[in-house]
Amino acid sequence: MEFFLVQLFNGVSYGLLLFMLSSGLTLVFSLMGVLNFAHASFYMLGAYFAFQISTWTGFWAGLVVAPLLVGALGMLVERVGLRRVHAHGHVAELLFTFGLAYLIEEAVHLIWGRAALPYHVPAALDGPLFQIADSPYPMYRVFMMLISVSMLVAVWLTLTRTRIGLVIQAALTHPDTVQALGHNVPRIFMLVFGGGAALAGLAGVIGGAAFVTDPSMAIAVGPIVFVIVVVGGMGSLAGAFFASLLIGCLQTFSVSLDWTLAGLLTTLGFSMGPDTPLWSVWSIKLSQAAPVLPYLIMVLMLIFRPRGLMGTRDE
Amino acid sequence: MNTTLRYRPLNLGRWLLWGTTALIFVLAPLFSDASFALTLLSQMGILIIFSLSYNMLLGQSGMLSFGHAVYSGLGAYIAVHALNFIGKGTLHFPVSLLPLIGGCAGLVFGSIFGYVTTKKSGTTFAMISLGIGEMVFACVLMFPGFFGGEGGITTNRVVGSAVLGVTYGPAIQVYYLIAAWAFICMIAMFALTQTPLGRMANAVRDNPERAEFIGYNTQRVRYIQLMLSAFFAGVAGSLSCINYEIVSAENVSAIRSGGVLIATFIGGVGLFFGPILGAILFTLFAIALSSFTKAWLLYLGLFFLLMVLYAPGGVAWLVAIQLPVLRARRLTDLLWPYSLAILAAAVCVIGLVGSVEMLYHAALESGGDRHIQWFGLNVDVRTPTPWLVTSALLLCGGLATRYAMQFVQRRWDTIQLALRQVAT
Repeated sequence: MEFFLVQLFNGVSYGLLLFMLSSGLTLVFSLMGVLNFAHASFYMLGAYFAFQISTWTGFWAGLVVAPLLVGALGMLVERVGLRRVHAHGHVAELLFTFGLAYLIEEAVHLIWGRAALPYHVPAALDGPLFQIADSPYPMYRVFMMLISVSMLVAVWLTLTRTRIGLVIQAALTHPDTVQALGHNVPRIFMLVFGGGAALAGLAGVIGGAAFVTDPSMAIAVGPIVFVIVVVGGMGSLAGAFFASLLIGCLQTFSVSLDWTLAGLLTTLGFSMGPDTPLWSVWSIKLSQAAPVLPYLIMVLMLIFRPRGLMGTRDE
Repeated sequence: MNTTLRYRPLNLGRWLLWGTTALIFVLAPLFSDASFALTLLSQMGILIIFSLSYNMLLGQSGMLSFGHAVYSGLGAYIAVHALNFIGKGTLHFPVSLLPLIGGCAGLVFGSIFGYVTTKKSGTTFAMISLGIGEMVFACVLMFPGFFGGEGGITTNRVVGSAVLGVTYGPAIQVYYLIAAWAFICMIAMFALTQTPLGRMANAVRDNPERAEFIGYNTQRVRYIQLMLSAFFAGVAGSLSCINYEIVSAENVSAIRSGGVLIATFIGGVGLFFGPILGAILFTLFAIALSSFTKAWLLYLGLFFLLMVLYAPGGVAWLVAIQLPVLRARRLTDLLWPYSLAILAAAVCVIGLVGSVEMLYHAALESGGDRHIQWFGLNVDVRTPTPWLVTSALLLCGGLATRYAMQFVQRRWDTIQLALRQVAT
């Protein structure tokens, strides 16, 4: 029970972090049809910027400034690059962001080197907050959840309660009408793209300190975010939310469990041993298979429910 | 009595083109007997097959795949095991035909994974192909028994009985094997573009809705196209297995998939020979440039990005649009603007390369040494002078390139206008 609760908390906090990433990706996708391959690179840049700022002024300034910087960079990318390739269609846009991801990774190598950075949790948040049964639960994990949830509430309120949010929602479905009503739709695109990048940057700021800040962090998380968007249903924010929590919990639970298929079959009454055919498949531990599980879920989802958890469009 | 009239003239241009290609393949290693050149040529041959097979998806069917290395890599794994079985004597099969085994493996894996990926098209297809690629990569590390884990599986290509004295010991014999397969695959893939399937793939790329209305199942067209492309990817994979005598997890990695995407796109997806050019350019980038600088990936990425922004048709397209101008004997008008643009771009590139190299030196290799030797120049990266010089070169070169390109554009527009007036 204690193990379960701790893992559940960990899973939810990781899932919320993933949702900060996937929400920006989903919004940009449903608004512009652009799948931003460089989204995870913005996540990485958030962590690196925050590290750089934290060496000068401390963690808290980085928490505020780094996402803003990443957001500004995102807007610049949209204005200078993406708008130009927009005329060539979605594949060209995807290729552009792919090249951008490549370039950002190399630029990070260039400026900060290839090794992991000593970017850590600040002293004020280091330490246990409360006890679950007998094990202490780290304060920073709770802080992560707090930041994610408050940010998501803020985004939700912006989208549903403010004027610009309503314009964005209208532009999702009827960009031409919105344009005809006198709103600057390209500028809305730019703002949303920048906003999505800033969200990814914020996720990087808090995620980089909790996990590890190195040049491979974008590649590590990028495909997972794509899986979330596919599993949740392309362009569905609610779907992305549930898929994020699902994948977050799945990854956290599976890395700490030693279950095997062989064990399962043995309890069901089959006799299994190293001589059984395909023993290397049966004896894989769940913790070993953890990296594959999200992709497996994606494949199963595509076979049995191609539009995803809450997707509305089926191509 | 039913006789069909047939008009099939001898297509001299085509025979000439393929004949020259074959001749280039045969003669290429004779110009330089350095082993470096042979390595380069072998890699080019493999990448030509791989990127042509990739273009069956991207260029011909509009499927942007981020996981094409899955098919070449898994084909290579099957081929390496087959080669080891041949070595042990449990399997009797000529090494020259090993790519067939790898190709069939690619076909099988293509039919498995393609069933899932081709359910969608466009952007969703791209994401799913990436997911499949990551899944296969993770699986490869999960089963060290079959895939050899991080270290991979090694083999020995000098096995079986020598046919006509060909043992595949010397690298030159391997090169000719690769060249022969590359030539056959080129012809086969070109022939495929002329079949009804190839034409339907183009239709599905351009307008899937209309293709559906005519009565074609777009999903099936994509599926078949992907399986065939996976076959050729498997051929390329097994050739790389013969060439390097090792297959590791890197063969199925996202780096490989990204590499073939970049190679194909740089060459040009719109024309059949584009990926061939791309494979040659990419290999030069990857092998020749990487021996000079560690920043080659950055240059490659920048080059790719510039191509996406300014020349979405790739190098092949850039060459192809010159042909009408050349035919109209107007290319001489462009010589002056072109040379100006190239000069300006060269200044810009020199500034960029200088800055990047100094940055790399300061960030990565700064183990106490702060000097770089450039063509006899001793540059100290801690002093501001070299930084100022390179930045000035970069800035001036960039501005000059911009103006030169406007000059090129004006001349280009005048010529195009004149050509159109002649036509009407």
